[in-house]
Amino acid sequence: MSTKKRVEASEAAEKVPTNTGAPVNAELGKRHHFSSHFADSGGVDFTGDRTTAITDQTRDEMRQIAARYPQARSALLPMLHLVQSVEGRVTPAGIEACAEILGITEAEVSGVATFYTMYKRKPVGDYHVGVCTTALCAVMGGDQIFSDLQEHLGVGNDETTEDGKITLEHLECNAACDFAPVMMVNWEFFDNMTPDKARETVDKLRAGDEVTASRGARVCTWRQAERVLAGFDDGRADEGPTAGPESLLGLDIAAEKGWQAPAAPADGTEAASTQEDK
Amino acid sequence: MSEQTATAEQPEVDLLTPVLSRNWGDERAWKLTNYEHVGGYRALRKALQQTPDALVETVKASGLRGRGGAGFPTGMKWSFVPKDNPNPKYLVINADESEPGTCKDIPLMMASPHTLIEGAIISSYAIGAEFAFIYVRGEVLHVARRLQQAVREAYSAGYLGKNILGTGVNVDLVIHSGAGAYICGEETALLDSLEGRRGQPRLRPPFPAVAGLYASPTVINNVESIASVPCIIDNGADWFSSMGTEKSKGMTIYSLSGHVQRPGQFEAPMGITLRQLLELSGGIRAGHELKFWTPGGSSTPILTPEHIDLPLDYEGMAGAKSMLGTKALQCFDDTTSVVRTTLRWVEFYKHESCGKCTPCREGSWWLVQILMRLEAGHGEEGDIEKLLDLCDNIGGRSFCALADGAVACVTSAVQHFRDEFEQGFHTPAWELFPYQKSALFSLPTKEKAKEGAHR
Repeated sequence: MSTKKRVEASEAAEKVPTNTGAPVNAELGKRHHFSSHFADSGGVDFTGDRTTAITDQTRDEMRQIAARYPQARSALLPMLHLVQSVEGRVTPAGIEACAEILGITEAEVSGVATFYTMYKRKPVGDYHVGVCTTALCAVMGGDQIFSDLQEHLGVGNDETTEDGKITLEHLECNAACDFAPVMMVNWEFFDNMTPDKARETVDKLRAGDEVTASRGARVCTWRQAERVLAGFDDGRADEGPTAGPESLLGLDIAAEKGWQAPAAPADGTEAASTQEDK
Repeated sequence: MSEQTATAEQPEVDLLTPVLSRNWGDERAWKLTNYEHVGGYRALRKALQQTPDALVETVKASGLRGRGGAGFPTGMKWSFVPKDNPNPKYLVINADESEPGTCKDIPLMMASPHTLIEGAIISSYAIGAEFAFIYVRGEVLHVARRLQQAVREAYSAGYLGKNILGTGVNVDLVIHSGAGAYICGEETALLDSLEGRRGQPRLRPPFPAVAGLYASPTVINNVESIASVPCIIDNGADWFSSMGTEKSKGMTIYSLSGHVQRPGQFEAPMGITLRQLLELSGGIRAGHELKFWTPGGSSTPILTPEHIDLPLDYEGMAGAKSMLGTKALQCFDDTTSVVRTTLRWVEFYKHESCGKCTPCREGSWWLVQILMRLEAGHGEEGDIEKLLDLCDNIGGRSFCALADGAVACVTSAVQHFRDEFEQGFHTPAWELFPYQKSALFSLPTKEKAKEGAHR
């Protein structure tokens, strides 16, 4: 299905009040600031195009992942990340390959694939752009950044631009609250965002310019990021800073004031002597 | 020493005590050689000369309590692992940092992954585990890279693998990236997830110490807890417990966020107050006052300005009917609608409820419905009572604490700001508290701010 068709289909799906049974709520959801929904519920689409990019090499890599663990099934989450890096989403063929290698049923794999929000059942663009809209980021401006990007890109939540470059999604807390409002591109941190900076970032991504995270590496594609999450090195660990300025604030103040932890016992045998005291 | 009494009149007291964060400002602190240069892996060498039991005793004596929220004594948790169980033992490190407001473990792993890995090796040896896992949330790509590289470096240096430093001790360590599920921060859900299943909590007992990963004895600790182990082994239990308050020992990382002049991470002895942290960081943003705050993430009941002189330790927060949690101090100023933040927190819990227990799955959905009405100014008489009644039927009636967190933010908000919920019967929250005033940047037009946030 083309991106545009998918957008239309997803819009059509939205018009059906799936979870909000009472019409009054659906109406409220349209009118006021916050609209609640369970996005994208349902299973993996086993109908339609079944061509796959999964090869014997993919299966070999899946076996490598399985070999890291005392019990092979523990490898399922990273294996599904690998499927996404190859297929651009979780596909029926990916599910079949995981099931075959782990000796479990496809239903068991599907059950896992549909539980976690990072596993996508619709194709994801080259760049997954997430805007945090949990309470603190929302209040600090995340809501505005998200609605602004929707307008700028012409897509709704969890939809992809027609050129296939950007998939926009609102996120729950991404553990960077001291850098709020937070945006993520392919799960790299873009700190202290504003609508202008967010627009500029997505424009650069669409234009194919190199973009570097605030605390992280040069942004790779979503598929490459998924491969790293499956445990395969991309050589970018040494890029980016040690920490952001906010992370260092307490350290800087302590240095300025000359504050430090108590001195360690001089001879370094304190741990052993503590034991003797017992 | 008791830091909570420290005031401006006692300037000699060191309010901040960087230990875990002391190398975060170093150039390429994540590299093994740079970590060794500041004393890294010295504690591991010391630990390997001691018996596992001695290590457990040292950690017990230090008074270290779990830094992931619950505050359970770490050494005691370790001592629950049965020695006579024939199954392999496992150490699982919970790096699924996802509690709204919590942002301390991610910078630690990004800046100094070896601090955690050294702690993991020592802790594995102490509990008799030859296999350890770091379960890190999937949505932090660069942290995964840094951790994976640090593990490779540690294997090359002989700190991991077979016969570590020639002592005959074996530890393997796997970095495991999750896939987006807050619930996997709950320890038994994390175990199911690590076994390749949907992350849903297990009924206890049996506790993980007896039947955890692969039904084998398993210790699960937070990142900061395990990262605190090397300095305890290196400097001694007495050194660690010389910091903090009577029952909350040691230093810890406080994360200040929200409407403050300078948000950030502060490593201080247990028991510092929010007032002290705000004084250090320049206070609430100019022209505004603190309205409410969370002591340890959104699952800990919110507090008000009257609580800012309480010691931020386990007892101080319990005394205020809240919890220390993850020491994630989210501060909101007088422009913020409590109804709005409560709705967005409950929406989070609704989204993250795993669906296993009906009260949590259905109840959080209904809470959102009522809070949406109240935010829009369409609340009905009795809605507040209905909210509280729902909370009564959700909290404590589910397998895990997610449900308790979901209702804590509602009940505490109603307790402290009931009038704002009552105003939701007739006036939208965005009229009472124009949302553009809460944002850190000015909005282009007033009209835009009214558009649906998620649509």
